[in-house]
Amino acid sequence: MAEERRLDGNAIGGVMIELFGVEMTTVPGSCGNCGAHEQMAETDVYLDAPGIVVRCRHCQNVLIRIVRGNGRTWLDLSGLSSLELPL
Amino acid sequence: MTGALEETPRVRTLLLDAEGWPGHRPGQHLDVRLTAEDGYQAERSYSIASAPGEPLSITVERLEDGEVSPYLVDEAREGDGFEVRGPIGGYFVWEDDGRPVFLVGGGSGVVPLMAMIRSSPGSTPIRLLYSSRTLEDVIYREELDARAGHGLEVFHTLTREQPSGWTGYSRRIDNDLLREIAWPASDDPQVFVCGSTRFVDAAADGLVALGYDPLSIKTERFGATGG
Repeated sequence: MAEERRLDGNAIGGVMIELFGVEMTTVPGSCGNCGAHEQMAETDVYLDAPGIVVRCRHCQNVLIRIVRGNGRTWLDLSGLSSLELPL
Repeated sequence: MTGALEETPRVRTLLLDAEGWPGHRPGQHLDVRLTAEDGYQAERSYSIASAPGEPLSITVERLEDGEVSPYLVDEAREGDGFEVRGPIGGYFVWEDDGRPVFLVGGGSGVVPLMAMIRSSPGSTPIRLLYSSRTLEDVIYREELDARAGHGLEVFHTLTREQPSGWTGYSRRIDNDLLREIAWPASDDPQVFVCGSTRFVDAAADGLVALGYDPLSIKTERFGATGG
């Protein structure tokens, strides 16, 4: 059931540290569709899609897709309009 | 892995000695990665159960269709090694600022909340509402009983089966139950809710209905399958 598979951004904290090099669950991002501004922990996350899918909790827009395999990571951030990373 | 504690028939605490572990904050988790002989890797997240400064431990529930948890609960032995990444998380982390704390845990969702309880100096009032299926499924039962009273109040609800003479709650978390136990919203409590998606949504929605500021409610959801 899709509802029970819906997790949150805490579930990909480790993957995100690997990709971005910093703790990401508290990083605010803006949805490129509805403009909602939320910390990454407060997104809807599906780990068992083909890869990882991160959706906006407000409009369900796909914010991030992460696919790993063959020694590479394919990272699609096209659903985000911005991320505020700590310096 | 330096040791293990059987918590319930399905749940085990693993003591770890992680090389270069930088220390953690209560509420954080770590990732365990297992690699098969053919190179296949499986990675899962587990909440840290120990307080900062204590020997590092995680508490793991066996999920029947899981790839990692059956090994950690049933097979891993003292002296075994596996890859660990962490600590992870900055959102679901308790920083004691003296405000009262309301912890809501479902099943093994109590684990990160236990790290918070274990790290509390006792001066900040903490209430734990802990939902389990049966008394046998209650993790850390004796330790919670022993800690209760020193700034900590523990409220159990058993949703599937209750022993005779049970005086705790006997139903899934609903708004009435939250109203009875939660601090009044006017006390400005910090709130941490951890459990399955359905559990967390019900608790968080109920607290918002009681007047809690959604921003004061920190939530962490874990999957019921695949671990």
